[in-house]
Amino acid sequence: MNIVVCVKQVPDTATERKLRSDDKTLDRDAADGVVNELDEYAVEEALRLKEAHGGEVTVLTMGPDKASETIRKALAMGADKAVHLVDDALHGSDALGTSYALAQTLKKIGFDLVVLGSESTDARTGVLAAMLAERLGVPQLTFANKVEVNGTSIAIQRVTDYGYDKVEAVLPAVVSVVEKINEPRYPSFKGIMAAKKKPVEKLGVADAEIDVAQVGLAGSWSEVADFAAAPPRAAGTVVKDEGDGGVKAADFLASKKFV
Amino acid sequence: MDDLLRIDDALSEEQRLIRDTVKEFVSDRVLPHVGDWFEDASFPARELAPALGELGVLGMHLEGYGCAGLDAVAYGVACRELEAGDSGLRSFVSVQGSLAMFPIWKYGSAEQKEEWLPRMASGEAIGCFGLTEPDHGSDPAGMRTHAKQDPSGDWILNGAKMWITNGSIADVAVVWAQTEEGIRGFVVPTDTPGFSAPEIHKKMSLRASVTSSLYFDDVRLPAAAVLPGVRGLKGPLSCLSEARFGILWGVVGAARACLESAVDYSRSRVQFDRPIGGFQLTQEKLAWMYVGLGQSQLTALHLGRLKDAGSITPRQISFGKLANVRAALDIARQARTVLGGNGITLEYPVIRHMNNLESVLTYEGTQEIHTLVLGEALTGIPAYR
Ligand SMILES: Cc1cc2nc3c(=O)[nH]c(=O)nc-3n(C[C@H](O)[C@H](O)[C@H](O)COP(=O)(O)OP(=O)(O)OC[C@H]3O[C@@H](n4cnc5c(N)ncnc54)[C@H](O)[C@@H]3O)c2cc1C
Ligand SMILES: Cc1cc2nc3c(=O)[nH]c(=O)nc-3n(C[C@H](O)[C@H](O)[C@H](O)COP(=O)(O)OP(=O)(O)OC[C@H]3O[C@@H](n4cnc5c(N)ncnc54)[C@H](O)[C@@H]3O)c2cc1C
Repeated sequence: MNIVVCVKQVPDTATERKLRSDDKTLDRDAADGVVNELDEYAVEEALRLKEAHGGEVTVLTMGPDKASETIRKALAMGADKAVHLVDDALHGSDALGTSYALAQTLKKIGFDLVVLGSESTDARTGVLAAMLAERLGVPQLTFANKVEVNGTSIAIQRVTDYGYDKVEAVLPAVVSVVEKINEPRYPSFKGIMAAKKKPVEKLGVADAEIDVAQVGLAGSWSEVADFAAAPPRAAGTVVKDEGDGGVKAADFLASKKFV
Repeated sequence: MDDLLRIDDALSEEQRLIRDTVKEFVSDRVLPHVGDWFEDASFPARELAPALGELGVLGMHLEGYGCAGLDAVAYGVACRELEAGDSGLRSFVSVQGSLAMFPIWKYGSAEQKEEWLPRMASGEAIGCFGLTEPDHGSDPAGMRTHAKQDPSGDWILNGAKMWITNGSIADVAVVWAQTEEGIRGFVVPTDTPGFSAPEIHKKMSLRASVTSSLYFDDVRLPAAAVLPGVRGLKGPLSCLSEARFGILWGVVGAARACLESAVDYSRSRVQFDRPIGGFQLTQEKLAWMYVGLGQSQLTALHLGRLKDAGSITPRQISFGKLANVRAALDIARQARTVLGGNGITLEYPVIRHMNNLESVLTYEGTQEIHTLVLGEALTGIPAYR
């Protein structure tokens, strides 16, 4: 089975993240880049499927040069090779543009199964799996906490608010995973050393036959109009329990739409 | 806390991945528990060893036999991140890789290597290193443990070792003993009759680490138990050079953990209506800790590069061990004062590191002995006796 895992480099959530004042995109130089957390689960699931069914795992990343660190980590975990889509023309692409660019690349490199995280920690649109499946004309199986492949059929448990749905489809397909699906392995030292020698193919927009009018800041359908720093955290309110503490707590949760 | 000097920017992509992997492992598997291990004077070696083996930490700087073959800087960075967890964890790894696996790898026979190295790399077998004796610490040349060959060719080992890390939990001991041909190393399976290894209790330092005495009472070993590749004190001393290199990196991790803890604390602890980090006395402490940390970090990186270039000398390693352990201990003691009363509890990492570093100051050559090494380097006059 030819599995492609889409992996995104995101700024470390432990550090302060900033937007650039010039083009209102994320300042990727301001913070250390790390693998989007859910994408580690996606890589782990792809590796487990390969271990069970054979085949090959390819990492696909769209991002600046610096994203090569992220590719290395996925290779060190055990992926076989990588494709790095990197081109200045891609800078500032929105979700539509990103999904178009990734879809073009996937058509070019071929796949039986595409595995994604269900959401990134920076932009957090959570739409890429759906957009990709639509652009590729294949089934989407999203929010999986369990994946089973049997010959050319695939079945997942899709996590819902009330439990889970069983969703089945025929390969090729796109799957997105949630963190309950597995426990990602640490890259081993041997894996880290071996990753140096694994092939990483760099593609530009021309190589992937990407129409530049549909990507980048200019090609995006949406734009960031303005932004402001989050207000500093206000002091909490102290609620005194006068026998009605439970009611007050429930009202508070309801007001925040938690219940 | 900011890496102000951007020293880690000098690391390669692989070295950074090694750093991040060990850091993640330590924060998942060690930091949540190590305060309890320290309090209970226990170290879950049988649980951690296979996990460390799977990561590739055990014998990480050796080639072949299932070892990862890391360069010296990567080995150092891994030690730094392990010791940011606890010096006991780093000691376990140093003893396994540099003191037990290294002599077998470097001086052992093909059979000894095949028998022990793959199992030690995977963490299935644990090793220890017996050099120090009750009456011979800084001056190991006078050791009394001895081995004699009987007419059948078997070696008969007698004597005692003291302060042996991993002793009671080891499957194999690399033991240094006097023979008619001078000091030689022996690979001793710990289930050999006549071998015993009671644990040393009442330690106030390296409590999350097993320390033991070793006793050899007519321990009969086959002729093939001796390490064929080395004779004389240079055998154990070469192992110590490997391990000291790991220490001079490791203590940077312990120091960093202390400074981070002190900085965090100083920003949130309010006295006299302001964070104590706003007092000049506190800032002076923090600033000098930062300076000491940066300097020891640079020393470690420089020595790592010399080791990778193949030109590092034992004197340079003495410099690093002396300078960096001293700096780490100073930082730990200063950090402890910043935390006030909380500085003496295991709720914070500082006193644990501070107490651990007292052992690190003494083992692998005391600070006095490394001082004498540098004194001799400067004056040409040895002052050991
Ligand atoms: C500050 C900011 C503002 C933005 N504003 C907008 C906006 O107004 N409108 C809009 O449409 N978009 C906007 N974006 C989205 C941005 O362009 C996204 O980074 C991009 O479209 C990918 O979407 P996502 O990260 O939300 O993907 P998600 O759908 O959340 O990610 C799911 C999965 O898709 C995969 N994936 C995502 N990106 C990549 C990649 N580059 N390479 C490989 N795999 C990947 C990963 O497996 C990931 O786990 C904004 C981003 C930022 C940082
Ligand atoms: C927790 C722990 C773990 C250890 N693990 C191991 C292990 O795994 N394997 C192993 O073989 N050993 C191990 N050691 C032993 C350690 O290496 C010795 O403790 C160390 O070498 C010092 O020896 P000593 O304790 O006998 O002190 P001594 O040599 O008796 O020294 C006492 C004091 O005298 C000073 N001194 C000695 N000679 C001179 C001199 N010429 N000039 C000036 N001052 C001098 C010393 O510096 C020290 O301050 C461990 C020790 C500890 C505490």
